[in-house]
Amino acid sequence: MKKLNRRAFLKGGLASGVAVAAVGSAKKANAAGDFGGYPDSMGVLVDMTKCVGCRTCEAACNKEQGLPAPAKPFTDMSVYEEQRHGGLPRRTTEKEYTIVNRYEVEGREQPLFRKFQCNHCQEPGCLTSCFVNAYTKTPEGAVIYDATVCVGCRTCMISCPFYVPTYSYSSPTNPVIKKCIMCYDTRLKFGRPPACVEACPQQVMTFGKRTDLIGLAHKNIQDRPDRYVDHVYGEHEVGGTSWMYLTAVDAPFEKIGFDTHLGKQPIIYYVKEFLAIVPMVLLIWPALFTGFHLLATRKDAQKNEESES
Amino acid sequence: MKTFTAQGFQPVDQLTKPGSRTEWTLKEKLLLGLSPGDYLKQLVRNPLNWVFAIIYAIGLPILVGRFYYGLGWATHSSYDYPWGLFLGWGLFCMVPLSASGFMLGTTVELFGRKDFKPIERLGLLNGLLGYLFAVIFLQVDLGQPWRLIYPMFVSLGPAAVLFLVAWHVATYLTVQVAELVPAASEMMGWQKPKKFVKSIVLGLTVSGIILSTLHQGALGALFTYAPGKVHPLWYNYSFQWFHFFCSSIFAGLSMLIVVSTLSKWFLGWRCDANFLKNLDRITLGLAKGASLALITYFVIKLTAIAHDNEWALLFTGWGQWYIFEICFGVLLPLFLYTSAIRNQSVRVARFAALFAVLGIVLNRLNTALITYNWQLYQEIPHWREIVITITVYATYILVYRACLCRLPILFTWKSDSK
Repeated sequence: MKKLNRRAFLKGGLASGVAVAAVGSAKKANAAGDFGGYPDSMGVLVDMTKCVGCRTCEAACNKEQGLPAPAKPFTDMSVYEEQRHGGLPRRTTEKEYTIVNRYEVEGREQPLFRKFQCNHCQEPGCLTSCFVNAYTKTPEGAVIYDATVCVGCRTCMISCPFYVPTYSYSSPTNPVIKKCIMCYDTRLKFGRPPACVEACPQQVMTFGKRTDLIGLAHKNIQDRPDRYVDHVYGEHEVGGTSWMYLTAVDAPFEKIGFDTHLGKQPIIYYVKEFLAIVPMVLLIWPALFTGFHLLATRKDAQKNEESES
Repeated sequence: MKTFTAQGFQPVDQLTKPGSRTEWTLKEKLLLGLSPGDYLKQLVRNPLNWVFAIIYAIGLPILVGRFYYGLGWATHSSYDYPWGLFLGWGLFCMVPLSASGFMLGTTVELFGRKDFKPIERLGLLNGLLGYLFAVIFLQVDLGQPWRLIYPMFVSLGPAAVLFLVAWHVATYLTVQVAELVPAASEMMGWQKPKKFVKSIVLGLTVSGIILSTLHQGALGALFTYAPGKVHPLWYNYSFQWFHFFCSSIFAGLSMLIVVSTLSKWFLGWRCDANFLKNLDRITLGLAKGASLALITYFVIKLTAIAHDNEWALLFTGWGQWYIFEICFGVLLPLFLYTSAIRNQSVRVARFAALFAVLGIVLNRLNTALITYNWQLYQEIPHWREIVITITVYATYILVYRACLCRLPILFTWKSDSK
């Protein structure tokens, strides 16, 4: 009787082992190798030295995305004095997918304005952490999101190094993630630049193929080393982003709210070590621990055999 | 209850009524063999029930409000701190404290340590309920809880760590229910389910180890998505999963010591002689296991600091907080456990267990909330969030007590008298 049970168990164990191995290897395949982004993806180069903080881009985004009217009109510049929790400047919310912040930098006469929105990573942290696969990086470069499958775990908000995704907490029945989608549905899909880029009166932003923009950015830096910091933010940060930035030489990135310690690896890089152990545990543990069991109970087994014979 | 036991009352512990051949009805079993009037009397007499009543009077309306008005009403609805107390406490603390299920299953069924048998079922129940309420906490926190099965059947993201957590917690809950089927079968007088589970118990136990290794580790791995957000002393992308897994071992064992102690104190009438007689010896056995896990954890924590060369960070303010956590939550229980084992002092072991449990809570809250966003600002949870957390946890205690009173966990079901 006992033998039969063990055989039945082993059969079951084998079947489940094969099943989990399939799941396990799928995980590994997804995590392996570097994706590095689509070759022809589009991007935007933001030259912050040109921005005057008129907030036209905020207004254009609001209109294009059909967002609710803001508490203060877009012509009201007092928003630059606003502080949120912890004395931090404004940030994007479920009602504002892009915002402009003003930075007074020591040693610089003019304030510097920084436009903030989703950077549309080449290998987005939000995408790789989503357990319902709600995010897509389109070949055009946008990181879009399918609200109909979102469970609302908000891991994407944890894993975004730029604190971009926001959540419509105010909705009790259908709260979803809200963030910039690079105007994918209405513009990018048809090869047109995002609304904010087109609306800018100062031509702060250049829309184009990401590879071309990197060339352009470096050329600008080379032509005007007195004007620009020699760094294209977003070229390599967390594996590269579709939105990239140039800043003024007297307002380095770390002084205007950019995180300069993100490193060059995409977020998934930090998770791979764990993902790699998953198939190993799934496949090795059953044999290992069944072996331990046989070892630990070998005296009982011997006794049983002796008493039988 | 003490009053009744003093009067010679004996709670239900077999299928038939003592001294006769008539079987208890289900209703009588659920009332522990008391008449409805007497049952109510003991409910009212118990001061803990009054505490529960107050918690529910305040907490239930707020819990309902969370679903009616949304998360924005119940929490600070922070974009910077997407996870608050519901997950920080309900998921990240409850799950390691419930690791006792797989630990005791492994000890008794896999390693054949039958001497731990009297506490095995308490370990399993502690595991099952902890996981169940972790899921309930998750349901309170999810924006759209009715979509909980989406990662299973509707839209799959298999490369995500949370995908693994979801699947493993779901499968493991099933495993734990199966492992406790014998207890329920005894109470209900079923034969077949108990036999069936007995035949697959080794398979269940091994899958319990696999699933536990991975999802306890995965909870740590969830934070590897946030390099730079979690303070470097609490973050290590190579060792994070092992820190969480290894600490769950002593967390589960220590929680089991705490729970068994509470059972002995407050549910003494429900424990049988076998449980009470063996508890001290078992407590010291668990203490041994926990101290081994603690020393391993301590060394691997140091290794992580050496690996990233973060010694200098220990001299910052956060570093002192880290040293406090290690001293209070790891070294102190480790020292107490070892001295308890040396001096055969169960009392000291129980103190050690309490500190180990508090230490784990501190570690998980540190990772998920306190040092999270250490470069931004400190988030203090909304008062409604705290009230809801207390309410759900009170329900956990209530269900726990109800199970302990009825199922043959702390006592052995007498089946021979039939």
